[in-house]
Amino acid sequence: SLEVSHPINEYRQKETKMEPEASSFPPTFSVSEIKNKQRRHLMFMKLKQEKRKQKMQLKKKKKKEREALGDKAPPKEVPKTIENQRVYDETTVDPEDEEVAFDEGTDEFSAYFNGLTNPQVLITTSDRPRGRTMRFCRQLATVIPNAHVYYRKGLALKRIIPQCVARNFTYLMVVNEDRQVPNGLVLCHLPDGPTAHFKVSNVRLRKEIKRRGKDPTEHSPEVILNNFSTRLGHSIGRLFAALFPQDPQFVGRQVATFHNQRDFIFFRFHRYIFKNEKKVGIQELGPRFTLKLRSLQKGTFDSKFGEYEWVLKRHEMDACRRKFQL
Amino acid sequence: MQHDDVIWDIIGNRQFCSFKVKTKGQNFCRNEFNVTGLCNRSACPLSNSQYATVREEKGQCFLYMKVIERAAFPAKMWEKVKLSRNYERALEQIDENLIYWPRFLRHKCKQRFTKITQYLIRMRRLVLKRQRKLVPLSRKVESREKRKEEKALIAAQLDNAIEKELLERLKQGTYGDIYNFPSHAFDRALEQQDEESESGEEEEEEEDEEDVGKREFVAEDEVDESDLSDFEDMNKLRTSSDEEEQEDSSEEEEEEMQVKRSKGKSPANGAAARKKRAYVEIEYEQETEPAPKSRVTL
Repeated sequence: SLEVSHPINEYRQKETKMEPEASSFPPTFSVSEIKNKQRRHLMFMKLKQEKRKQKMQLKKKKKKEREALGDKAPPKEVPKTIENQRVYDETTVDPEDEEVAFDEGTDEFSAYFNGLTNPQVLITTSDRPRGRTMRFCRQLATVIPNAHVYYRKGLALKRIIPQCVARNFTYLMVVNEDRQVPNGLVLCHLPDGPTAHFKVSNVRLRKEIKRRGKDPTEHSPEVILNNFSTRLGHSIGRLFAALFPQDPQFVGRQVATFHNQRDFIFFRFHRYIFKNEKKVGIQELGPRFTLKLRSLQKGTFDSKFGEYEWVLKRHEMDACRRKFQL
Repeated sequence: MQHDDVIWDIIGNRQFCSFKVKTKGQNFCRNEFNVTGLCNRSACPLSNSQYATVREEKGQCFLYMKVIERAAFPAKMWEKVKLSRNYERALEQIDENLIYWPRFLRHKCKQRFTKITQYLIRMRRLVLKRQRKLVPLSRKVESREKRKEEKALIAAQLDNAIEKELLERLKQGTYGDIYNFPSHAFDRALEQQDEESESGEEEEEEEDEEDVGKREFVAEDEVDESDLSDFEDMNKLRTSSDEEEQEDSSEEEEEEMQVKRSKGKSPANGAAARKKRAYVEIEYEQETEPAPKSRVTL
């Protein structure tokens, strides 16, 4: 036989050489110490195969045990998700917390929640809005009852705000635009209420939503606020809740949802119908977008001298994957 | 002694001037002391011994005049006069200082001064207006956030969450009397929730079993769903049976397809096989009685 040093021969020799050593036990040296790339790669693949085999064996064993035990088998282990592994936030609101209840009874939204004021929303944009932003504003105005869209003529917000207060508006929404697309939202509660600045992403206008229903009617929608657990989340949740009138008209069967997941707030607008008491069908109308809170400021809009309750600090957020603020 | 014509002849027309910028239509002069900014015989600061400009520094305007006697000391060649803040007074100052100077220079200096004051006014007005701040986006951070958002969306399972919430609200009775689903267990479940007692739960279970045994005659329009959905497992069974049916039907279809296919192919296959197969000839012996031969005798 010709002993030609062809890579194939070398490979075969390596195979025969390595087999008895590595297959039965893991190598005593670490795989990364081998200088030759091909050999190192081979060793690594072998290691991986070994591990996979062991894992499969373990799985099979467990499955057999489970079947053998039948009813008495221990409950299946719950996989770890980011939500289960979330770092406990000390500002999580206890439902029976008195302090929080007192705060919420006397904060800026108390007037609304006691039924004294009706929400009146003014929607506007940044300077020179393009078509997409204007369409978005108009669709928002159909979703939120008592909302009016006004064209921004390059006026300063600090001058608009006293005029709004004088005309009994409770909310000012400013949609910021960048490159012909809405990308920011400033939500200001008017009689000296908190101002929240959000980053807006993934805006889908009505046309772009698949399988959507007809246009929303004039009935006031219900509001669903999901997963606002911390103190900050609570205040933001109340901010959203106060946008809509207190008494929703159930006849309209429309629901606006603000769902918080990992600090992203997803807004959806649906029409629902109960098929029976265990099944409900929902049909999406209306625009959808996601918000991410960037800052919460105590008074009305004042970016320079305002008192910030909370500001997004990137490094704080990125340090731990399982830590969330809302 | 400065020979202006010679200088202009060299730098303007024939050879190189480092301040000249040539464009398709015009030539510009980048010299900071040029009054008009164009490269002309009358506006070139190098080739005119009698020359004047207006320049501004930090909001203050100055009239610069060239003193050609000090051409040997370029740093001290230009004399500057501070102009007043008042526009008309400043124009008078220019006239005073450039008295007996060529009309062209006086005019151009005043024009330049006017332009400068206009842009200074505009600068001051802009500072008072709303200033737009451009915040740079970091590409890495943006893409990371986008990815996180997608994953959060998947984890949120929005439709399920909304449906669950709505059903809970229905159970708790926030909708009042708008929806009435005609079924015994629903009313009883409501009652049980109000009572919140163990005995209530037991009753519920018994009643469920009773319902399962009973036969209820329901009109065809009312779908059985509302009745069957009391018994929770029934739902699961139904759905699973639906799935099974679907699976069966799909399997049958597949089988049919296979059969069809095989039917289509088999004759050809069989024929081919028969041809290729080695075949053995078998002789069959039929054990039958020969037909009785009747001897016919003549």
